[in-house]
Amino acid sequence: MNKIIITTIIALLWISIPNQPLASEGKGLEIAMESDRRDNGWLDHTAKIRMILKNKHGEEAIRKLHLSAKEVISNGQKTDGDKILIVFDNPRDVKGTVFLTYSHKREDDDQWLYLPALKRIKRISAQNKSGSFVGSEFTYEDIASEEIEKYRYDWLRDEVYDKQNCFVVERTPIDKENTGYQRTVIWYEKENYLIVKAEFYDRKNMHIKTLTFKDYNQYLDKFWRAHELNMVNHQNGKSTRLEWSDITFQVGLTEQDFDKNRLKEVR
Amino acid sequence: MKQYVILLLWLLGVLSVTPVVYANEYSGFISTEYIVFLNDPLYADQQRTTASFSAEPEYFHEFENGSQVKIIPFGRYDAVDSNRTHVDLREFNWMYSGESCKVLVGIGKIFWGVTEFVHLVDIINQTDSVENIDGESKLGQPMLQFSYLTNIGAFDFFILPGFRERTFPGNKGRLRSSIVVEMDKAEYESGAKEKHIDFAIRYNHSIGDVDSGIYYFRGTGREPILVPNFDDPQNVILIPFYEQITQTGLDLQWILGSWLLKAEAIYRNGKGDDFFSGIGGVEYTFFSIADTKLDLGIIGEYAYDERGEQATVPYQRDVMAGCRLTLNDMANSEILTGISHDIQNSSNYFTIEASRRIGNNFKITIESGLFLHPAVDDIMYDLREDDFIRLEVAYYF
Repeated sequence: MNKIIITTIIALLWISIPNQPLASEGKGLEIAMESDRRDNGWLDHTAKIRMILKNKHGEEAIRKLHLSAKEVISNGQKTDGDKILIVFDNPRDVKGTVFLTYSHKREDDDQWLYLPALKRIKRISAQNKSGSFVGSEFTYEDIASEEIEKYRYDWLRDEVYDKQNCFVVERTPIDKENTGYQRTVIWYEKENYLIVKAEFYDRKNMHIKTLTFKDYNQYLDKFWRAHELNMVNHQNGKSTRLEWSDITFQVGLTEQDFDKNRLKEVR
Repeated sequence: MKQYVILLLWLLGVLSVTPVVYANEYSGFISTEYIVFLNDPLYADQQRTTASFSAEPEYFHEFENGSQVKIIPFGRYDAVDSNRTHVDLREFNWMYSGESCKVLVGIGKIFWGVTEFVHLVDIINQTDSVENIDGESKLGQPMLQFSYLTNIGAFDFFILPGFRERTFPGNKGRLRSSIVVEMDKAEYESGAKEKHIDFAIRYNHSIGDVDSGIYYFRGTGREPILVPNFDDPQNVILIPFYEQITQTGLDLQWILGSWLLKAEAIYRNGKGDDFFSGIGGVEYTFFSIADTKLDLGIIGEYAYDERGEQATVPYQRDVMAGCRLTLNDMANSEILTGISHDIQNSSNYFTIEASRRIGNNFKITIESGLFLHPAVDDIMYDLREDDFIRLEVAYYF
């Protein structure tokens, strides 16, 4: 009799435990956290980016921009997502346009756009995540800094990709409303936990885009940065390549350099 | 004006000994424009078309200590209206920003505001109204600006020596009032006239999803009262009269998911009765509609001016609706449309503007404005035959 009751209780408990793991537990999360941990403490960096847009006929258009980014740290702890400033240099009609993001660990990011012709600072909605970033194959979601708290990570398998041993991890956004993707499958190479490939699945679970990372270089004996990112859209045949150069770490950027009131002075 | 030039040259001299970061950058644009008016003109001397040429080069220089010099002259030649043929120094300033403070000396440009159809709180720079009836072109304003960033927001202090008079179309120009405004005969309430020194202070802050700003301005009002007068017994003219005002302004934007809520308000104390004016609205954007890269933004706004039909601005009890279609293509194509409707006298104004880049350096813009049934007592009544199509090709370098 007692046995039956206990079994019933256990069975009931078992049923009431969600079979979905609670937000990111297990090996997938460990891999994502280790990758994140190894890239902590870079403080700030600046870089130049050439954005090459290619349509399905192979025609190219080039955009030039530069970027500054800063970790948000207080008492030696990373307390929030990164602050990122992107300035357009070319084409010339959009020269001086600035895009400022404060990434947040849980809530929506804060974003501002500075339009130099009108000298106007516009706060924009962070619900633009699935929108195209300046006509490229990257969406706002793709260029935002990845905050682990916003995703669930599940390890799928180990696999060799491009002659490298990789962890393959599925990343699922926790906020399902405000995203263009149902899931993203990410290849981390095992030696340094660097992302070498990501496959994006839209909300209908169609594989729409693939992003590859190439030409990793190490800075300050610690931080790795890919110098070439290539996003291919399988649906429309277009692609966008980002070529990073002049990456400089720890230039001493301050909070004020990322103040929206300073957007007018940004170069 | 001369004093600023001397001061700037002195600063240039002092600073040019230090090595440079962004040395001698040149950029800007040259542009050619053609405007066709769809109806015969109402007033003698006006034409059916006009063509013009404009240029706005920019020189920028940054010194190693972080200070910057910016020079942006502007000029336009208009084939018909001599008032529209004009030159201006949009910017000519030296700026230094330290950790949390900033100083700017010279001619500068400041924009305040959040709404799309009316720029109500924007006050520092005078409107260059011969440029475009959207009121977004501004004349350079001499200023001494001091800004201070704190953890609880940013403070800006302005001392504005030297007033800029608003530009108005001449008697050959279209898009003008039936009586020509005689810019040279401007009168002032202040005995110091255009040498009156104005001042402004503004505080702005972002808290969570809300960006807001509040300012106080004291000085010569940018918006003239147009007083009818005779320049000879036969000919009536309008004389701009610039009063002394104090104005408090407030702007606010709140992000609620994909919704942007916006509001601007002013309270002005001048020669006449004190009045309140406000505009409020919403903007909603549909991103990547139907799995394409198209973004569609929908805007709705309502403008109110306590002065009602006595207001010197076109929007006093008006509802406005618009949409912005961004194609997100390689050419950066964009279409903007808007309609305003006066709920008292039912006057309507419709505008559409489409632009795209051609190649890497050219940009083409087509704009049209249509005055639909303006009422006799509406400011737009004088423009009832001035429906236009404007074509502009600009080369950016």
